[in-house]
Amino acid sequence: MFRLEPRPAPSRVLTLASPLIALAVTVLVGIVLFTLLGKDPVAGLRMFFVEPLRNSYAWSELTIKATPLILIALGLAVCFRANLWNIGAEGQFIMGAIFAGGVALRASPESPAVYVVAVLLAGVVGGMFWAAIVAALRDRFHASEILVSLMLVYVAEMVLSYLVYGPWKDPQGYNFPQTITFLEAARVPRLMQGLRANVGIFVALAAVAVFTVFLFRTYQGFQMQVGGVAPLAARYAGFSSRRALWTALLLSGGMAGLAGALDVAGPQGQLTPYVPVGYGFAAIIVAFVGRLHPVGIVFSAVLMSMFYIGGELAQSRLGLPKALTGVFQGLLLFALLACDTFIHQRLRWVAAK
Amino acid sequence: MTDLILNLTSESFALLVAATLNAGTVVALASLGLLLNERAGVVNLGAEGMMLVAAIAGYAAGVHTGSDWAGFAAGATAGAAMAALFGVLVIFLNTNQYATGLALSLFGVGLSAFLGIGYAQQRLPERPHFAIPGLADLPFFGTALFKHHPLVYVAILLAIVMTWWLMRARSGLALRSVGESPESAHALGYQVRGIRLLAVVGGGALCGLGGAYISLVYTPMWVEGMVAGKGWIALALTTFATWRPVRVLLGAYLFGGVTMLQFHLQGQGVQVPSQWLTMLPYLATIVVLVLISRNPTWIRINMPASLGKPFHPGA
Amino acid sequence: MTYRLELRGITKQYPGVRANDAVSLRVRPGEIHAVLGENGAGKSTLMKIIYGTVKPDAGEVLFNGQPVRVRSPQEARALGISMVFQHFSLFDTLTAAENVWLGLDKGPSLDEVIRRIREVSGEYGLEVDPDRPVHSLTVGERQRVEIVRALMTGPQLLILDEPTSVLTPQAVDKLFVTLRQLAEQGCAILYISHKLDEIRALCHHCTVLRGGRVTGEVTPAEESNASLSRLMIGSEPPELQRATPVLGELALSVKALSVPRNDPFGVDLKALSFALHGGEIVGIAGVSGNGQQALMAVLSGEDPRAPAGSVHLFGRDVSRADPGVRRALGLHSVPEERLGRGAVPTMSLAQNTLLTRTDAVGPGGWLRTVGMHGMAAELIARFKVKAGGPDALARSLSGGNLQKFIMGREIDAEPRVLLVSQPTWGVDVGAAAQIRGELLKLRDAGCAVLVVSEELDELFEVCDRLMVMSQGRLSPSVAVADATVDQIGAWMSGLWTGQGGAHVPA
Repeated sequence: MFRLEPRPAPSRVLTLASPLIALAVTVLVGIVLFTLLGKDPVAGLRMFFVEPLRNSYAWSELTIKATPLILIALGLAVCFRANLWNIGAEGQFIMGAIFAGGVALRASPESPAVYVVAVLLAGVVGGMFWAAIVAALRDRFHASEILVSLMLVYVAEMVLSYLVYGPWKDPQGYNFPQTITFLEAARVPRLMQGLRANVGIFVALAAVAVFTVFLFRTYQGFQMQVGGVAPLAARYAGFSSRRALWTALLLSGGMAGLAGALDVAGPQGQLTPYVPVGYGFAAIIVAFVGRLHPVGIVFSAVLMSMFYIGGELAQSRLGLPKALTGVFQGLLLFALLACDTFIHQRLRWVAAK
Repeated sequence: MTDLILNLTSESFALLVAATLNAGTVVALASLGLLLNERAGVVNLGAEGMMLVAAIAGYAAGVHTGSDWAGFAAGATAGAAMAALFGVLVIFLNTNQYATGLALSLFGVGLSAFLGIGYAQQRLPERPHFAIPGLADLPFFGTALFKHHPLVYVAILLAIVMTWWLMRARSGLALRSVGESPESAHALGYQVRGIRLLAVVGGGALCGLGGAYISLVYTPMWVEGMVAGKGWIALALTTFATWRPVRVLLGAYLFGGVTMLQFHLQGQGVQVPSQWLTMLPYLATIVVLVLISRNPTWIRINMPASLGKPFHPGA
Repeated sequence: MTYRLELRGITKQYPGVRANDAVSLRVRPGEIHAVLGENGAGKSTLMKIIYGTVKPDAGEVLFNGQPVRVRSPQEARALGISMVFQHFSLFDTLTAAENVWLGLDKGPSLDEVIRRIREVSGEYGLEVDPDRPVHSLTVGERQRVEIVRALMTGPQLLILDEPTSVLTPQAVDKLFVTLRQLAEQGCAILYISHKLDEIRALCHHCTVLRGGRVTGEVTPAEESNASLSRLMIGSEPPELQRATPVLGELALSVKALSVPRNDPFGVDLKALSFALHGGEIVGIAGVSGNGQQALMAVLSGEDPRAPAGSVHLFGRDVSRADPGVRRALGLHSVPEERLGRGAVPTMSLAQNTLLTRTDAVGPGGWLRTVGMHGMAAELIARFKVKAGGPDALARSLSGGNLQKFIMGREIDAEPRVLLVSQPTWGVDVGAAAQIRGELLKLRDAGCAVLVVSEELDELFEVCDRLMVMSQGRLSPSVAVADATVDQIGAWMSGLWTGQGGAHVPA
């Protein structure tokens, strides 16, 4: 029978290969699913892996999706490394969008071009505020951050719904639940004429650099990771778990809020009940597949964005259900977790005695 | 306010009680399943995903076979199957329980949406009405307690049986011992991993029943994401019921009551935007969580000590 | 003569180490047979093979002359083999009776088990109340539950793994009475230990293990401690050089320190008082579980709940200060747990230096990786740590080498006060001697050292003064030269007179 044994040292080969193997497994299942649905598997794979990279329009769409995923996943990586399970990043995203929208709605035609900076900052504050509730309840009452942050997602959705159906509804909007379209000064500048991509991608890449330094070259980053992986050692060293809690949650709340602000001040241009698209949850997968490492997160964010766009293309061109995206994303994470176990353990055949 | 009180006539209040039991049963079934998991030391964050897949499985089975019982069987099986996948990963491959549970949830959301395509338009056969003969005619209590779907009574019975089982039966004690100290249980010769897998799969089946109950009884239809967070609430419930089955049941009814209160208030024409009322159950969950978690010592005495930690059988 | 148990050529290999190498052993009915060896000699593995938790790679096991294959503890019990483990397999939230019930194979009901417990309890003088939850029992009482459980099935072979590591000397005597009674009734007993005096007092025969191999099979009554040591260790342990202590200033002063327990299964600290000066090594003896760990956590700052004014470091009140503040004043500590507390298992040695040393941390928190590596490399060289280099993960080191690294890290900081818990537990003899030597060097350089250890021998070797902790209270202190094992043994049961911490003159 097979036995799982710990390896004396982690396998370097598998550390790098594991995400690729997981991807391969997902692709295989994809082929099976396509065939079962009666569609050409090659065409299906092309929608997911080739089309999203084909031209500048495709890349532009890719960055629109990848930006929020990278930003949120960076914050989540810090949290997960500190053993804090901030599952409710989606709620912090929504709150960031709400705060950003609130400031954006106050813009006037005379507002300076840098007004958008205030909008984005408001998003950061909104996300931080929402995450601060989670941190405070955990700090003061030991309440599980998993459950509190999750519940707050639903609360945030309701707050958004209330605002766009009520006080913030566009009076000229034919009674649709939406705000006015934000004025130019409150919008995120685009990169190129005709493409939707905006400077958000640069913000995301800058964040990658900052987070890499924070996690691997600062004492604070080190302290947080010790707290996540060996809490007794952190206590022995005198590292403050309270500081780690607040730092991690405020950072990830702020990043999620920023992502929300960039989304509504960017491609969406207004607040609607459809602001929450699940980036907060997808970013969990992005963080894991990216190995909780900022650079890895860039790659996994691109991959997940390809899944999103591929899903949309597969629907419009091949008639495949868009829900395939969710299936693939979940499957990728499963496969990755399974493959990762073999980095630290190996399978041995042990003859039955 | 006085209007509100005057409106609490026997009949309307009885209906409220009935609705509370109905709503509470969903969460109770799922939460009892999660309790089984956690008593064995495994935390399964995939409840929401399992319940969604079970809901569509149950609905589809109900539509195609016309039989509700086939629906419940399908739901329980779907829950058990997904839990088995999770169980193999965390128990035998020792993957991180939190991450794997999350993966299960996310996968379940996607999978249920995928499987549910086309079912939003399909209808179940006419919903049956249940009533216990004789008792159903009692004033107030008849409406409140005796006109429920059989699963409501099953949930109550289950809570009582589980309490007895965990405290007095040898297999129940064995389960608790695995959750408290898997190393000691292993040293005594118990198949820790097998017991945990059974608990996970059994718990998954119960979650599945809860999910199927939503789409077959609670709101008989299929809509993407219709579980709306009840899986997460069921998780919260096991903690704030300190892992005791009867408390889980009562907590579930409390939650159901808050949910129903919201509808009742809307129906009474209370002038509050609907979104604030819809928020109530989620806010209530946070409040109760805070109250329960305040005393860490108390949690530590009651919590299965090995919860969330991987088990290596060693040699 | 049919031996109750016979092992022939038992071999078991693990990645990197051969735990048992062609081990042979014979036990007669009614014989108390010791298995002697240090930590890591292979005793536990051998017992697990006999009890069925582990399968040997080669060799035979014969029970009452018949070859057997014990594939699980259930099969072992069915044969008539019972085992009392060193680390109890008890569940705190269940009662004693429920625990025993779970440890038996299917059959009796809970009520029958309660009845049998009372019977066995009375017959062997092992007082056990079946209805008390285990978390409310003392360590000695818990062991009695384990023994009663093992005796319930009327075993033919009873295995005891280091049974006295958690007992006071008086409790040890009571245990020996029970064991002799069992042996007279025909039960064979395998007694695993590394305590030479006990083996010579109790056992008829003894098999000595070293490095997985049998180095001798002797009659303990005919051997001396020295000859048994030689079989166990291979050579006389090196003598340590001792200079007479020159006391420096008052380094650590503890007055009326009372701290309630942290969790329901812990120990309250009650009005502890003592003083520690530079240039001396003070030891705290005592069976584990009497509050030593709680005391160390309060002194190191990991537990910040000491009442204000109860702990002074060089005159400064540090009762509520965190470890960082205490370190800045010169207090360093080496905890009992290495992996997970003294070092992070999944991080490199270079990274692990950052836990207690901030030399490589620059302004703004910038980490100087060259500095980190350099420090780790120096520690490895200076303290002769066998490791793959500064980048080796902490968990890739053996227990002894990791302890050397952690010790080295703290000693290299030139502390003015050093707190050490179980300095040589699980460490091989050579490294243990090295560690003890380093402690003496520190003391000679004027550092104040406090050592908590369960090994009385070690404390007698290294310390200038000795105190004992029992049930959260501290005994008076006594100079090592004046102390006797009997006195310390009595103190371990809490039987002292006079003020805790006060020095008892010769």
